[in-house]
Amino acid sequence: MAIVTPLKTAAEQQLAQQYADAKAELPGGPAVRKLREDAFAGFEAKGLPHRRLESWRYTDLRTLLREARPLADGVKATDAVKARLAALKLDGLRLVLVDGVFAAELSDLDGIPEGVSVQSLADALVSPREDLTRILSGPSVGADDTGLMLNTALMRDGVFVEIADGVELAKPVVIVSLSSGVEERSVFHRSAVLAGAESKATVVEVSETAGDAAQQINGAIVIETGDGSEIQHIRLVTRQAAASVQVQSLLATIGAQAKFDSFALVCNAGTVRQQHFVRYAGEHSEMGLRGVNLLGGSEHSDVTLVVDHEVPHGTSRELFKSIIGGEATGVFQGKVIVRPHAQKTDGGMKSNALLLNEGASMFNKPELEIFADDVVCGHGATVAQIDGDQLFYLMARGLPRPQAEALVLQAFAGEAAEFIADESVRELVMSEVEAWLAAREANSQVSTV
Amino acid sequence: MAAVQETIDQVKSIDVTEYKYGFVTEVEVDKPAKGLTEDTVRYISARKNEPEWMLEWRLDAFRRWKTMTEPNWSRVNYPPIDYQDLYYYAAPKKGASPKSLDEVDPAILETYKKLGIPLREQEILAGVAPENRVAVDAVFDSVSVVTTFKKELAQAGVIFCSISEAIQEHPELVKKYLASVVPVTDNYFATLNSAVFTDGSFVYIPKGVRCPMELSTYFRINEQNTGQFERTLIIADEGAYVSYLEGCTAPKRDENQLHAAVVELIALDDAEIKYSTVQNWFPGDAEGKGGIYNFVTKRGDCRGKRSKISWTQVETGSAITWKYPSCILRGDGSRGEFYSIAVSNGMQQVDSGTKMLHLGKNTTSKIIAKGIAAGKSDSTYRGMVSAHRKATGARNFTNCDSLLIGDQCGAHTIPYIEAKTATAVFEHEATTSKIGEDQMFYCQQRGLSEEEAVALIVNGFVKEVLQQLPMEFAVEAQKLITISLEGSVG
Amino acid sequence: MLEIRNLVVKIADEDKQILNGLNLTVNDGEVAAIMGPNGSGKSTLSYVIAGKEDYEVLEGEILLNGENVLEMEADQRAAAGIFLAFQYPLEIPGVATMTFLKAAMNAQRKARGEAELLTPDFIKQVNAAADKLGIAKDMLRRPLNVGFSGGEKKRMEILQMALLSPSMCILDETDSGLDIDALRIVAEGVNALRDKSRGFLVITHYQRLLDHIVPDTVHVMSQGKIVRTGGKELALELEKSGYASYGEAA
Repeated sequence: MAIVTPLKTAAEQQLAQQYADAKAELPGGPAVRKLREDAFAGFEAKGLPHRRLESWRYTDLRTLLREARPLADGVKATDAVKARLAALKLDGLRLVLVDGVFAAELSDLDGIPEGVSVQSLADALVSPREDLTRILSGPSVGADDTGLMLNTALMRDGVFVEIADGVELAKPVVIVSLSSGVEERSVFHRSAVLAGAESKATVVEVSETAGDAAQQINGAIVIETGDGSEIQHIRLVTRQAAASVQVQSLLATIGAQAKFDSFALVCNAGTVRQQHFVRYAGEHSEMGLRGVNLLGGSEHSDVTLVVDHEVPHGTSRELFKSIIGGEATGVFQGKVIVRPHAQKTDGGMKSNALLLNEGASMFNKPELEIFADDVVCGHGATVAQIDGDQLFYLMARGLPRPQAEALVLQAFAGEAAEFIADESVRELVMSEVEAWLAAREANSQVSTV
Repeated sequence: MAAVQETIDQVKSIDVTEYKYGFVTEVEVDKPAKGLTEDTVRYISARKNEPEWMLEWRLDAFRRWKTMTEPNWSRVNYPPIDYQDLYYYAAPKKGASPKSLDEVDPAILETYKKLGIPLREQEILAGVAPENRVAVDAVFDSVSVVTTFKKELAQAGVIFCSISEAIQEHPELVKKYLASVVPVTDNYFATLNSAVFTDGSFVYIPKGVRCPMELSTYFRINEQNTGQFERTLIIADEGAYVSYLEGCTAPKRDENQLHAAVVELIALDDAEIKYSTVQNWFPGDAEGKGGIYNFVTKRGDCRGKRSKISWTQVETGSAITWKYPSCILRGDGSRGEFYSIAVSNGMQQVDSGTKMLHLGKNTTSKIIAKGIAAGKSDSTYRGMVSAHRKATGARNFTNCDSLLIGDQCGAHTIPYIEAKTATAVFEHEATTSKIGEDQMFYCQQRGLSEEEAVALIVNGFVKEVLQQLPMEFAVEAQKLITISLEGSVG
Repeated sequence: MLEIRNLVVKIADEDKQILNGLNLTVNDGEVAAIMGPNGSGKSTLSYVIAGKEDYEVLEGEILLNGENVLEMEADQRAAAGIFLAFQYPLEIPGVATMTFLKAAMNAQRKARGEAELLTPDFIKQVNAAADKLGIAKDMLRRPLNVGFSGGEKKRMEILQMALLSPSMCILDETDSGLDIDALRIVAEGVNALRDKSRGFLVITHYQRLLDHIVPDTVHVMSQGKIVRTGGKELALELEKSGYASYGEAA
């Protein structure tokens, strides 16, 4: 039975108004325009996602988004923005978005390696390429998601990166998406990375806000990997006001005999919903989705993923580690679909959470949906506390409790980041983890005094 | 190995191409017109000579049911059920309320004998040691035809009778506990059941009593186009223990038949209830024609401290199964267990699992679910483990494994694991795989046929659950599983 | 010197009492063995001395060099000189053994007000100690105890004992799970650390470990108390007669 939900909340009505006001000037030719219209019609029919939708069961956006902030307008390259960019120590091809708009002057366009082309999404949307609709649509398993529909309808800019066949990048492509955070704004951006056959690259996405104002960010990245490619996608979602709300979608399509890995670190980021939609387009590919969530205060992190094994001989691994303190909530919803005839699929999914104190919550929903018999699939989910025996062992060797805890927690989280091939990226991720743990250690020392 | 070989031999001696229990018994029945109105509810209540309060309770449920819609969240598909095209009551005419076995229609006694459930106590007693006795409540369509060993149980203070009788004889217990675990409006089928339930079993074990024998109910749907709506209520008072078994069969018919039961268990302080089911309703034929729609609400309430409720189920029958035997772990230190084997073949659809709701402190639960899907069947495990904020020290271990036989079946796992207290320790693991080619090869190399090898491996796969069943049931269940999977290889 | 006076201990969340007024003294330079039947409370004693939280001390005191350690956390006791070689050393995935060793050594130095070790000095010390125990370099790079064999884990415990130079060493069933060659290596490691300023408390069910680590004193423990004390010959006597007279069920 279809339930008709008219747009009734203030935020829903505001979004409708914003779309009506902005659609004439949002970039794109007729095909893109139609894509936006269809997506918005989908949103209008369903409204903001709420807990009665199975895939949004634990993150009620209708409640979280009381009001939709005005759309961000114009690049605000404040001193704070520049200072953040300067502080980000990561070498590579730096592409910067400020308030969802590509900032060429802050990007490193002189350093574009051979075989790589970069344009803004706004430019790409008005280009006459025929495959644009396909690229933007992503895997079908994400098609009915309202969060993504809103992004499609309202996406303003982003970067569009193409890596030619056979190109191996020594340094990562670093997409920095900064909000100025001067005022409370909403931002809709989308980027795409099309990696050619046999190419090899690391793509880093950093999502931060320079100022103090809470942002509503709806970001998406489309990644298509060519046959035989090896692509790693590393995302850091951090430095956001506690009241910020963020939806980040990953739309990945993996070619044959390819390796694709994605990792996300979420810490100090308010409310974050990540959704990964992954499809295997070719056989004999390996894919890994991993992540670390470090949560405190009233933070909320939701990782929802759908991995669609459409073809035989696919391997998938998911590993998510959550460390949850304060009154924070962690959510993991993983669905692995093995379609009929996708024989020899090998899938393994794991979600491990450590709850640090009373008040912290974790919701796990690891799903398997299997229609082929010659498969090996499994999942595990645990919720627990720091292992008291491990802690005692370390303390019996002389480590004070906070240090022993930090060591155990760092090792717990680090397991999900081990695979990161680019050393500088791995170090950046682990330094963020260490900083979070050190801050926690410092707080706990203060509180025990 | 010897035990397995025995099973294989037993299976071979059975004609496996036919649903063994698919025969129809010819008995004269008494039933009202098809359809469901307030008059139907009044008819049922009147036929059972129910007191006014019971009729009002049913009518209230009926009125609420009319405002509800059928749930559609499970992974099962079936054409809409026409609730006006069913009979809601069917009782054998002869010996409507038998005083003794002699008054029961011999055809019915013969039916149970054919099903392997002799009802004549002297038959049961022949060659059975007293500790292995099982008291049986036999439910034929809408009525309980007989309950055995009542006197012996009464001596121990145990009440074991049909729910109809309990409403007459023990109204204070029924009023106190009925719908106290599954509220009238819990879900669509439970509400329907509350309005039209016809019979079922009632068990009360008094304080400190260990029930002297296994109790069992045997359900048989015989009549065409008849829904079976039984209601079971089991109460174990402080420190009491009972083990209860439930078996079900139905004739082969081309039409689907609806079975919407409600089972409520209540365990008070230090009490323990062990509830085992071997469900073998007619699954429909190879094309998916006919079979039982098994839409059942089973829930146990560990109301008392240190109480324990354990569900064990072997599900091989039914066209569609929709059932989630659950435990509410309310008492501090209480424990819930769920052991399940769900075998599906042909066009069967199973959506089953459990809920463990941790409310009290230091509560523990364990879930072992084994799903085996073959043919074109579809099997879903759906489970929830949740710890309330105040349920400090909650512990759960869940293991759900699926085994796929053939490339046209589906196996799905949908667990919800919700920890709202930081002292919870939840462990969940699930696997889906097929019978390994190397395992098969190893067995065949040692001389087992393909089917024997499958039987051997499947028996190993489900062993952990079978061990939870009382001995006689375990053997029966093992046979059933093997039969259900006949023709699934090769 | 370790002095235990009238120690009464129960499991924290239960009513079960494990130690029932235990008295024991281990002098500097002394190797004391505690033998006893299963369930007599031997492992509990080692945990309580080292400061595990799962136990509640109802009465009594534990003094290390005259200072009561019961108020100290486990890490403070370690810094004060207590070392427990675990019967089942914990696996800590993700923490490289070298990282752990350095963290432990520096934490203890810091607690004693000493300067941190310089990395080259640290590596030199570890390598020297590892060589003596036949511990391969690649083991030091692996996560702590993860995937180690029983013998490797016990050798790793002795390595830590050597590096942390404690004044009171407790060995909890160190011989369990060791074959004769591994036992010899471990025993040699322990014997090399015997020193007139260092006490040892060797907890074992069997006499065979005491063939290799020869004790000065042997205590028999039963039902949470020391019930008999003697010289090393007492161990041999127990080997012959068993624990039957000390309350072990057959």
